[in-house]
Amino acid sequence: MKNQPPAVSADLTQLEKESRSATKAQLAEFWYYFSQNKGAVVGLVIFSALVVVAALAPWVAPHDPGFQFRENFLTPPFWEDGGTTSFLLGTDAVGRDILSRLIYGARFSLFIGIIVVAVSLTGGIVIGLIAGYMRGIVDTLIMRLMDIILSFPSLLLALVLVAILGPGLVNAMIAIAIVLQPHFVRLTRAAVLAERNRDYVVAARVAGAGHIRLMFKTILPNCLAPLIVQATLAFSNAILDAAALGFLGMGAQPPTPEWGTMLSEAREFILSAWWVVTFPGIAILVTVLAINLVGDGLRDALDPKLKRS
Amino acid sequence: MLRFLLGRVGLLIPTFLGVTLVAFSFIRLLPGDPAELLAGERGISPERKAEVMEQLGFNKPYWQQYIDYVAGIFQGDLGVSFASKKPVLDEFLTLFPATAELALCAIIIAICLGIPAGIFAAVKRGSVADQAIMGTALVGYSMPIFWWGLLLIILFSGILQWTPVSGRISLLYFFPQVTGFMLIDSLLSGQKGAFLSAVQHLILPSIVLATIPLAVIARQTRSAMLEVLGEDYVRTARAKGLPPHQVVGLHALRNALIPVITTIGLQVGVLLAGAILTETIFSWPGIGKWLVDSISRRDYFVVQGGLLLIAGIIMVVNLIVDVLYGLVNPRIRHT
Amino acid sequence: MSLLEIRNLKVEFDTAKGPFKALDGVDYTVDAGEVLAIVGESGSGKSVAMLATMGLLPDSATIAADKMEFEGLDLQTLSARDRRRVIGKDISMIFQEPIASLNPCFTVGFQLGETLKAHTDLRGKKVKTRVLELMHAVGLPDPEGRFNAFPHQMSGGQCQRVMIAMAIACSPKLLIADEPTTALDVTIQKQILDLLVQLQRDSGMGLIMITHDMGVVAETADRVIVQYKGRKMEEADVLSLFERPQNPYTKALLSALPENATGDRLPTVSDFAEAGGF
Repeated sequence: MKNQPPAVSADLTQLEKESRSATKAQLAEFWYYFSQNKGAVVGLVIFSALVVVAALAPWVAPHDPGFQFRENFLTPPFWEDGGTTSFLLGTDAVGRDILSRLIYGARFSLFIGIIVVAVSLTGGIVIGLIAGYMRGIVDTLIMRLMDIILSFPSLLLALVLVAILGPGLVNAMIAIAIVLQPHFVRLTRAAVLAERNRDYVVAARVAGAGHIRLMFKTILPNCLAPLIVQATLAFSNAILDAAALGFLGMGAQPPTPEWGTMLSEAREFILSAWWVVTFPGIAILVTVLAINLVGDGLRDALDPKLKRS
Repeated sequence: MLRFLLGRVGLLIPTFLGVTLVAFSFIRLLPGDPAELLAGERGISPERKAEVMEQLGFNKPYWQQYIDYVAGIFQGDLGVSFASKKPVLDEFLTLFPATAELALCAIIIAICLGIPAGIFAAVKRGSVADQAIMGTALVGYSMPIFWWGLLLIILFSGILQWTPVSGRISLLYFFPQVTGFMLIDSLLSGQKGAFLSAVQHLILPSIVLATIPLAVIARQTRSAMLEVLGEDYVRTARAKGLPPHQVVGLHALRNALIPVITTIGLQVGVLLAGAILTETIFSWPGIGKWLVDSISRRDYFVVQGGLLLIAGIIMVVNLIVDVLYGLVNPRIRHT
Repeated sequence: MSLLEIRNLKVEFDTAKGPFKALDGVDYTVDAGEVLAIVGESGSGKSVAMLATMGLLPDSATIAADKMEFEGLDLQTLSARDRRRVIGKDISMIFQEPIASLNPCFTVGFQLGETLKAHTDLRGKKVKTRVLELMHAVGLPDPEGRFNAFPHQMSGGQCQRVMIAMAIACSPKLLIADEPTTALDVTIQKQILDLLVQLQRDSGMGLIMITHDMGVVAETADRVIVQYKGRKMEEADVLSLFERPQNPYTKALLSALPENATGDRLPTVSDFAEAGGF
């Protein structure tokens, strides 16, 4: 045993190559399970289409979303009597083209979703890692704080935060991010607690890895699956909550073509002009449904328990 | 069991203090001081302002204010509404039965439809019925309920004219409130048609409010049932020669209900958040509409009190659910 | 007429990766009062055959047999309702994981009584009396106290005794024990085996013992079927099997027993696989 060469002489490039092809195989396996779920694929297609439409809004939209066509108040969709093909989905009470407003609205909804998820996910992961890794008093304090946030209905807390910060899209996003973030904290903490005494973590610690490296490079990648699923859930929740705040007049302010705000402006016409009410709601429903379909597919593909069957 | 319960109550105390701190900080975090808020657009003279601040106790140190606030809570003092000049607690107690009636109806609908749907989908796993039920549940789960409410109004109130647009009961009927639940009070009043009117007013808001809990319960029941149906004890029950309704309805369901009960408990928060939207759409005179109106008219003592009371309700319901959870789960009951 | 007679049983499972043949034309015969051991490693299909007999396989399984009869009763054409009259009464089964096999939400007494209510006319107090008798018969200490106990409050060995009590509740003609001792402590294994053998001798029922443990076979069986990958390798009475194994797989299995080991390394079945050609 004395003359054994040191174990570190393993070919590093070879190792890297192997680890890369292992990652590739994992991705391929993941895609196999994900693509088995037809609903998830449909959701992904719809979602991608929405992203494209939102990105290309200025070129795709037939009209300026804020322009008021004075001759065309409450024009019905083109297939109804009195409708015209220049306003495919009709116009609202001040003569703005609904289709164009919906297309621009997709930008807001996706933007809200992305920002809210990014903020609450990052915040949740960092706080959750700290709580799970440090344990003790820090952990207790953090978890009590999360319990407090979770003991309010999310929409009510968001409303109250908006009341403090003042109504508006950015403040609504901050409020929603704060409300959604405890779920990430809880998930991360639970995963860290489950992982921190596993052999591979102990091995990394014995090998001299520092706290930050242990937290982010060793433990975190192994807790990602539930976080990804929760992130898609948060994405759809953020869109729903932002629309609800807009609907209550506490989110994006008119004349922003945000879907919830559009619905709120359209409320007085529910019994006279159904299209002003119907289309923004369909837009919200389809977007949220697509994201939830993807979320279900991700959960099934990432959950090793279901994989076996 | 007793230790389990005491542990849960013990956890509630710091959370409740935290909630009081949130409610307390809320008013103090608002831009502008309360006296100015109270005066609104009209403005206020410096002398009058000092007087109001004195009256509300806002000139004391913060810790003193907090202690006074918590002491007030335990005496039922949650401040006075700017708008109505009535104590917040009184207003809350007047309006709460309306929300409770709506929320109870919604959760009953959600449980009575969601659990059977989930069981059926699990037993017929992979069938067309399963896919249809789960597809519908996902749509319900993704539903912006404020829009769903408007849509139902267009259909049932606008086109079909089956249901009224808003309120709890037709103005034709007047009778004393005994329980605060319109369904019960209308029956007690003995007036012809009153009960029917109450049902007509209640049905759409209940459906709207039930939508998301229904979808969540159906999904959770299905996945819990699927998990349980693969367990060894279900095979044992079959091996005994028990009929399917006993295997599924007794042996499997009893175990699957344990996680479902937790899920139902979590829906209380969803219901109260949903009530804010539902009551706004249907002009339902309950807590949700009261809070939204108070936020828009900047009646912040009402918002503060409402926050505290709603968090309190959620905590109490969660405690009840924990107890129920312990009762249906012998592994907790007997330790 | 044999108690249970199965000819040319084939079972296939639909899986995501295509059909999987779990059993490929196996025969089983058990007579009243006989102890048959079915031996094989995991994946040999030894449990599948008996689960098919009980009708406990999932819907993804396709079962085909030339003959599948219990006391002359054709199990293949039996309606679900008629099968339930037989299952749990005349044929009963116990499983590998005793604690998991009992429902955690119900008391032991309730679960035992349920079998009686399903198959006998006993009701009310008489059920409880009979349950206590059964618990006594399987050697559970303090039956009165255990009656209202939940499975998680008892040990694995006690749970298996409850399972056995449940299985013999209606005096079955055939008892199938699927690895009844595998999940138990070594000291408890012997007690449970002794109990099973004693009950079988007292009642004269047929007993099928599914196991991977040659020790269990030697201790209990009259006749042995050796299975491998869904096929029958060998069938013999217990003495001749241990003394003159015919099939190479059986020989391999026997030489993998620790007490038969020579040299410093324990051989495994796969060492023989190529040489034996099975």
